[in-house]
Amino acid sequence: MSGILELRRRPWAKYLLPAVVMVSVALFPLFRPPLDGFMDDCIIALAFVVMALGLNLVVGFAGLLDLGYVAFYAFGAMVVGWWASDFYTGAGGDDGIHIGVSGFSATLPGIHVNFLILIVGAMVVCAIAGAIIGLPTLRLRGDYIAIVTLAFGEIIGRIFQNGDEITIFGDYKLSNGRQSIAPIDPIDLPFLAPFDSAINLRPYYWTIFAVVLAVLFMNIRLRDSRLGRAWIALREDEVAAASMGVPLVRTKLLAYATGGSLGGISGAFLGSYYASVNANQFQFGLSIFILAMVILGGLGSIWGVVLGAVALSFVNTRLIPDVLDQGFVGDQLREAGLDFSFTEISFGIFGFILVVMMVLRPEGILPERRRQMELTEGIGETESVFEARG
Amino acid sequence: MSSNGSILATVRTTKAFGGLVAVSDISIDVAPKSIVSIIGPNGAGKTTFFNMLTGLYKPTAGRILFDGQDVTAKRPDIITSLGVARTFQNIRLFSTMSAVENVMVGTHARMDSGLFGSMLRTPSVRREEAEVEERARETLTYVGLAKDVHDQTAANLSYGDQRRVEIARALASNPKLLLLDEPTAGMNPQESQRLTEFMEQLRSERDLTILLIEHDMKVVMGVSEHITVLDHGEKIAEGKPEAIRTNERVIEAYLGKQAHD
Repeated sequence: MSGILELRRRPWAKYLLPAVVMVSVALFPLFRPPLDGFMDDCIIALAFVVMALGLNLVVGFAGLLDLGYVAFYAFGAMVVGWWASDFYTGAGGDDGIHIGVSGFSATLPGIHVNFLILIVGAMVVCAIAGAIIGLPTLRLRGDYIAIVTLAFGEIIGRIFQNGDEITIFGDYKLSNGRQSIAPIDPIDLPFLAPFDSAINLRPYYWTIFAVVLAVLFMNIRLRDSRLGRAWIALREDEVAAASMGVPLVRTKLLAYATGGSLGGISGAFLGSYYASVNANQFQFGLSIFILAMVILGGLGSIWGVVLGAVALSFVNTRLIPDVLDQGFVGDQLREAGLDFSFTEISFGIFGFILVVMMVLRPEGILPERRRQMELTEGIGETESVFEARG
Repeated sequence: MSSNGSILATVRTTKAFGGLVAVSDISIDVAPKSIVSIIGPNGAGKTTFFNMLTGLYKPTAGRILFDGQDVTAKRPDIITSLGVARTFQNIRLFSTMSAVENVMVGTHARMDSGLFGSMLRTPSVRREEAEVEERARETLTYVGLAKDVHDQTAANLSYGDQRRVEIARALASNPKLLLLDEPTAGMNPQESQRLTEFMEQLRSERDLTILLIEHDMKVVMGVSEHITVLDHGEKIAEGKPEAIRTNERVIEAYLGKQAHD
């Protein structure tokens, strides 16, 4: 007992637990088979963590309710769809265009760009998209921002779902419509052989784990910075923030752009991982799914959001299909002669989880210190006197 | 129009909300390092006038000149960075942030670190953060906030301390002109007296010009060199405290004797 107390006083002790957790999460694939189904679920969960952390910057930090976050996933996925497949077969003649790719993809026609470049590309595209979606919302507040962002998400999804009718630069289609763009090139990192999801999932796992670490690092630093303070000030009281010298337009657009670019990373990664990009995935439901992760974990709380994303992702990939549909509950229902699939009502289940949370713990699993006070002490209510301007 | 040497001048500034003219044709001149008050009954347009000065409202007509520059309808953050800071009638602190963080937000316009610098936490960003935090604590001590509550959440501070933090937050932007909107509201006579002395101190130690909206006549008469009286959005009188005290229109406006037409 006294030994533990002794340990706690050491300055490095507070890093011990996180370090142990990080190392075990990093090393766990070594103890699983290379094509493990559980690892597959973990990879998807980590990709959702990146998206949830991005949305958390916008909704949790800056307080701008964004219901169209799927747009950034869409842009990220389309970036690899366009530039890491043989979709644009005609481009660059018979040989195609190849930048930094090796192995089999280097022999294919079409445009093939290295994954690392595409990640940066997806971030840039999404940052620009974020700034564009931000512009019309600058004069709006609260619920109205939500409506505009919702529309934006729908518009982007629809455009890509009908993109086979839209041609640019002559006969280049914008997207493959409701059909997938496939195959997407495998991820090809410097000094490593191209990844192959048919043989070994570990490289994908470590890649997205590294991305999560980088994004976490960035989020924590931003939160405790001049910009992070400005975001929180904006969320608390826009009028006071502006009067204290916080430029509203710039600060809000930075939130949309930074948050959006993280969605782009995730979209590009999942596109490469599935080796296929399908515009049918660009649905409003995905925006809500990610928002639910943020709310479940705790708006504005970085570690809470990580937890919320992992939890909901596993509910989606494990609990609903395996435990409910294939497990005891599903068996009972089938025996009773009911043809019932929980997968079809997955959004009802997410909604139910949120309702339960709102009743039991509205501030989220791991609430942000500030947010918890707002809910429990009813502070942070301010009326507004302000003429918005662009 | 603006007299030479004034730090703030408004020229026939008007604000109308639809058909309602909240502030009409107000021209004032504020000399540097003076303490000037704007008084008037409730609804006279004092706070609307402040909101125009700080850029929250765009004037319908007229001009606002600060420190030789035209700041009419400029954005609030730009006006702040030029050197105007304010407090609010009903305290508007960032309630879930600590006192120090509130004051640090006040320094926003005087800081340089951007998105990428903050992510990488470069040495210059690190240095700036440390400096700003230290300065924020100094400012909090300067306005009289006890050291042990510097890190307390703003919402949990006492009313008087919240007022102090709001002034510290305004001072953090290193202003030339400080606008105080009813700073003594809710204070007892002793506290008001202390604040009056503090305003004098601010002027002499920090070379500040102070423009004050105030209802407490004892404070107003004690501290101001010049008083402007508004009623129904119009300037009905201005001058030295002694002159205002005996001005008939002012007495009428306050006591509501016989409405002037």
